[in-house]
Amino acid sequence: MLDSALSIFVAGRNLARLWEGLEITLWISLASVGLSIAFGVPFGLVMASGRRFWPKILRLYLEAVRVVPVLVLLFLFYYTLSSAFSVNLSAYVVSVLVFTIWGAAEMSDLVRASVTSLPAHQRESGRALGLTGRQVDLYVVVPQAVRRLLPGVINLTTRMIKTTPFVFFINIPDLMKVGQQIVEVAGMRNHLASVWVYGFIFLVYFAICYPVSLFSRHLEGRWQS
Amino acid sequence: MTPTTTLRKTPLLLIPLLALALAAAAAPGDLLAAGELDAIKASGKIRVAVFSDKPPFGFVDENGLNQGYDVYLAHRLAQDLLGDPSKVEFVLVEAASRIEVLQADKADLVLANFTLTSERAQQVDFAKPYMKVALGVASPESAPITDLAQLVGKTLIVNKGTTADSFFTEKHPEVKLLKFDQNTEAFNALRDGRGVGLAHDNTLLFAWTRENRGFVTGIDLLGDLDVIAPAVKKGNRELLDWVNAEIASLTGEGFFQKDYDETLKPVYGDSVDPKSVLLTPEELEKY
Repeated sequence: MLDSALSIFVAGRNLARLWEGLEITLWISLASVGLSIAFGVPFGLVMASGRRFWPKILRLYLEAVRVVPVLVLLFLFYYTLSSAFSVNLSAYVVSVLVFTIWGAAEMSDLVRASVTSLPAHQRESGRALGLTGRQVDLYVVVPQAVRRLLPGVINLTTRMIKTTPFVFFINIPDLMKVGQQIVEVAGMRNHLASVWVYGFIFLVYFAICYPVSLFSRHLEGRWQS
Repeated sequence: MTPTTTLRKTPLLLIPLLALALAAAAAPGDLLAAGELDAIKASGKIRVAVFSDKPPFGFVDENGLNQGYDVYLAHRLAQDLLGDPSKVEFVLVEAASRIEVLQADKADLVLANFTLTSERAQQVDFAKPYMKVALGVASPESAPITDLAQLVGKTLIVNKGTTADSFFTEKHPEVKLLKFDQNTEAFNALRDGRGVGLAHDNTLLFAWTRENRGFVTGIDLLGDLDVIAPAVKKGNRELLDWVNAEIASLTGEGFFQKDYDETLKPVYGDSVDPKSVLLTPEELEKY
């Protein structure tokens, strides 16, 4: 039984192909998560700022993105943009763009929530102690907000990693798609192929996502003291 | 699909991000004009959309190379147009995105087991066919489906956007459909007993039931006899005419018999008569 599993992975370049698929998955995930944080944090701070105009605009953006499935966004940016306006983006650019649009929206809401959830007396006490507005932000608000932010960010990160398989709808052979190609070919002779290959992919995703949550638990523990 | 208000708002708000992406999107191969013959020759390769997970028509083998009946034809077309069978760039598509890749100019030609239907012909231009096909229904040997009447009120597995999907949706609404995007998922669902049968092109089912013991193609000829043809973007007359001429001359020289022997015969064995799959030059006259 194990022989039949091994024979799938050692056949031809199968292992190398899975690795290439994994590289694509990781690359798209890392780029999207990084950009989501880069855009989401300032967006969130603006939303929490209590100004009149920009928070409303960002709110609209957040709600608009939140109700559209990621798959629809992928099709919209890869196919519709190209056929309607001749804007021909490469599939990789589209995938990072779409995941960033989604991730930055979710991220901004997390940042807004963690900043506004701080009790007002924290800010007021800081002012009463004679700190300037900037000092209050830097030494009172940010350290506490970051702690509240962490679990949500980790959750968002793993969610984004797990959503990347959608990219094969815009013709990118990510880890999941390569697995499927292997299952289809090996499955002609070995009907357990899907069990072995998808089982392997499950382990790979676990190996990526679990350390991320471990790391967050470690940080939370350390900040508690 | 989604509320139009959302779609209308979204682009406006995304202009800054979009501008950023545009700046990053200087991928040279993507900016080609529609697949006019000269443009293809100038680019030095023809972009052909094929399946990556549907053996024996279009799949990726264990060495990462595209293989199958459609791929064999793609290499020959590249040979005849560009003088080198390797001058093909394969775009790996899903069944549901075969029309979009042409409309969005992501490929010049679709060779992805694409059945000619009148609805599809309104959206893309089909060339002369290179294969015949009908629908079939595969089911477990222990509970074989041999007649449409057995399906009333039962769940049948189909692939989204395929001829099987539209056939049952339009003509047999009394059959409950369980739809999947991918073949892998659809066939796994049949194995798991999530439907009493699976409807798909009969050729694919012959191949699958031959390899998977315990399943039979209980219904092997359903609906009209359809044909599978290459497709190009609507209005791409020049490429269409060229492909038509190619198909005619390749059929005449018996190329597709060779293609069949190389790619389909090892899978079908003697269970399928090649005549039921390949078109004769006389049959081709009708298209």
